Amino acid sequence: MNLLLIGVLLALVAIAYQIGLRKSRNLAGMGNNSATLHSRPGYYGALVALWCGIPAFLILIIWNMVEPSVLQHIIFNNIPASVSATLDAAGRDVLIDRVQAIASGFGVTDKPAAYEIAAAQQLAKFESIASFAKLAVVLSAGLAGLVWAKRRLSQQYRARNQVEKAINVALILCSGVAILTTIGIVMSMLSEALHFFKFVSPVDFFFGTEWNPGFSTSGNAEGSYGILPLLWGTFMVSGIALLIAVPVGLMIAIYLAEYASPNLRTWAKPAIEVLAGIPTIVYGVFAMMIIGPFFKMLGESVGININATSALTAGFVMGIMIIPFVSSLSDDIITQVPRSLRDGSLGLGATKSETIRQVVLPAALPGITGAFLLAVSRAVGETMIVVLAAGNSPILHANPFEAVSTVTVTIVKQLTGDTDFASPQALVAFALGLTLFVITLGLNIIALYIVRKYREQYE
Amino acid sequence: MSSNTSPLDQNVFDPKAAAELREQRKNRIQSSLARRHRKEKTFRIAGFSAVIIGLAFVALLFSSILAKGLPAFWQSSMTVPVYFDPAIINAGAKPKQLPNETPAHFEERFVAWQTEMGMVDWDALIVNGIVSKDPSLESQRDYISSIYTSSESYRLRDMVFADPSLIGTKEDIKFLADANVDVWLAGNIDRSLPDDQQQLDPEVRQLADKLEKQGIIQSTFNTNLFVTPDSRSSPASSGLAGAFMGSLFMMLIVIVISIPIGVASAIYLEEFAPKNVMTDIIEVNINNLAAVPSIVFGLLGAAIFIGWMHLPLSAPLVGGLVLSLMTLPTVIITTRASLKAVPPSIRQAALGLGASKFQTVFHHVLPLALPGIMTGSIIGVAHALGETAPLLLIGMSAFVASVPTTPLDQATALPVQVYLWQGNELRNFFEGRTAAAIIVLLVLLVSLNSLAIWLRKKFEVRW
Repeated sequence: MNLLLIGVLLALVAIAYQIGLRKSRNLAGMGNNSATLHSRPGYYGALVALWCGIPAFLILIIWNMVEPSVLQHIIFNNIPASVSATLDAAGRDVLIDRVQAIASGFGVTDKPAAYEIAAAQQLAKFESIASFAKLAVVLSAGLAGLVWAKRRLSQQYRARNQVEKAINVALILCSGVAILTTIGIVMSMLSEALHFFKFVSPVDFFFGTEWNPGFSTSGNAEGSYGILPLLWGTFMVSGIALLIAVPVGLMIAIYLAEYASPNLRTWAKPAIEVLAGIPTIVYGVFAMMIIGPFFKMLGESVGININATSALTAGFVMGIMIIPFVSSLSDDIITQVPRSLRDGSLGLGATKSETIRQVVLPAALPGITGAFLLAVSRAVGETMIVVLAAGNSPILHANPFEAVSTVTVTIVKQLTGDTDFASPQALVAFALGLTLFVITLGLNIIALYIVRKYREQYE
Repeated sequence: MSSNTSPLDQNVFDPKAAAELREQRKNRIQSSLARRHRKEKTFRIAGFSAVIIGLAFVALLFSSILAKGLPAFWQSSMTVPVYFDPAIINAGAKPKQLPNETPAHFEERFVAWQTEMGMVDWDALIVNGIVSKDPSLESQRDYISSIYTSSESYRLRDMVFADPSLIGTKEDIKFLADANVDVWLAGNIDRSLPDDQQQLDPEVRQLADKLEKQGIIQSTFNTNLFVTPDSRSSPASSGLAGAFMGSLFMMLIVIVISIPIGVASAIYLEEFAPKNVMTDIIEVNINNLAAVPSIVFGLLGAAIFIGWMHLPLSAPLVGGLVLSLMTLPTVIITTRASLKAVPPSIRQAALGLGASKFQTVFHHVLPLALPGIMTGSIIGVAHALGETAPLLLIGMSAFVASVPTTPLDQATALPVQVYLWQGNELRNFFEGRTAAAIIVLLVLLVSLNSLAIWLRKKFEVRW
């Protein structure tokens, strides 16, 4: 029904466009001289189509939103109060389904009660009226818009300005979506986190050193919710990742920017950037299947006990993932250092590596710091690698060879599985998410500020 | 200062001392030069090895995934003549709707018939088929039914459901071997392990070896991986079809939502927006949104789409919405970059000829920026295709044994399927499956990215 109506409406809109076009040609008069019109004919057509379509579609949407509750109301009007009073929510749903099945002619297998048949008859009657009414209202809205817009058209009518105004409004609405997303993130996490802080005090949450939230079936906040072990785990894994990614990434950037032949650069740079396009779940599986067992074996051969899932495994693989991130950002920044600085240094007799270390890098330092901070924020928010490869043991310890737990892992763990959405065990995920959001947001704002300042310096 | 020792003092010029000093200085310089050149060399080697390390990681990643995953595309199976024996399929004819019957009553009878069909001993048909290939197996009928995977009997049932005229006919059908049999035959389990650590009975293992030697069980290309959904009761037949459809629905939603909205807001911000505090805020906001961890979008989806709007859990619709919001900043940023790359002279020329601002943008700037916009959008979609973490939070990690037909059905996605399979207890079997699923995912991503590169190469205009 709705699909049919939408189809009819779209056809009507197309007709409206044609009518507007035809009318504007008539207005243009002899010889179709559209120069006598204010706007090009297409705009007249578009304007009529907009007037025809927009109000009709709005009415259709509102109608569809209101209709189900009206229909339910009608069903329950015909159910004796003695019956409807005994029903719980699930029973009501069953009753609605049964009445709708009878009304549609599909029937039910047992013998329906008299009041069900009565309700179904009412429902069927109303449904047929309602569908006709919907058709009539929506189509007449479309036609009214069409006729009204068409009658307003004249030679001097500013159709283009009107159409452009409509497009402008649509564009503004679209750019509002990004803002709405941010507001949505902040509001949803704040409100759920505030719920959580009704169960657990923020002091215990932010400064507690023990993480053991218990199970949601108990329905209360027993257990401890200290975030510090999780933050420490996050810090440790990200630290290991950066220890790998920053030296390697920076050296790759330096080599490709300063030493490599253009030939090597053109294929090595994209080849390394392939690492950035690989989904993180792939890195996670790679860590779990290959790197973890490898480290375990390595540890056994030297006599250290290394867990297959440990901070080291997760950090190492995350480091690989961040390499292209560091290298391409640093590459951009190093190539932005002006030629003249290099020439000056080389002219004074410095070798190439001395120039890089003592002139180029110090000049690029602010930018590289920004890149570093962005890499930190990437590492802190990374989820799948740590879920698969870091183990899950939220305990404060400094041994990178043992399992750890991070903020992101805990969010996933608390929200998947059989948790009740309103329990503190599930709500804590939002408090953790909020913390994560604030940390990464802070890092990004600082980093973007530094990078922007740096760009301005050399522009 | 004793000036009489200075070689520069012309009064006491001593050519010998001067030559010595020169020699010393030369030596010093040369030794320091050698040192500096050594340092230069080490630095250069360090840089080069960093590049090699980076490339080695790429190679290691791909080769290890390929090594684990490629064998999983071949799986033990057997092609067996099946006689749809009317004596075994004794469920009666498919019911037809009677003229005076309500649809509800007809459905009740139909379901009863289906139940009856489900009770038929379909396994007997398969075992009969295998025995007909080698009559000496007659005594081992019980073990034969452990050789093939359990969902195959349901497949026979569904075939007869769809086409009751099959009854009484004979047909060659390919059956998949049980997952444990496959593991045993592929050598993925240590054959010397004692019986109590083996998944299969010794008789079944012997039977499997015998059937393989006779050529009844063969290793064939595993088309099942692409056409069946996930399965728990019958791991050998678990496939990617459900996850693929889930991902497809989500990508369609991402394309329908995030690309138009992203492009529209980029156009507004780049071409029309007045420079004021509001647009500054939007700009900063978009840059930050691009760097928000993906899991935060999952929390947003869980709180708003599921918690407040009560959209169904595990539905591709919700997943698609979450991924759309996540992709939006990428699309906006790349679109803005490609709009910026269109030179101002194009705009000035159009404006100079009397086009309105909108006509300039939509008739001239946008078409020129289109290749860049498409490239950016494809890369954004590819990124969304590989995303896992936010989907876990909106319930898409649930086990779904059917192929979704609408965006409101329960579904998983390809990366989530990888996550589910890597956690399966039947490690020996699912390690290969996991890697195979990754290969499928990577092939999709590589083709999307190559499409993007091809578009850029083909349509790129250098000003």
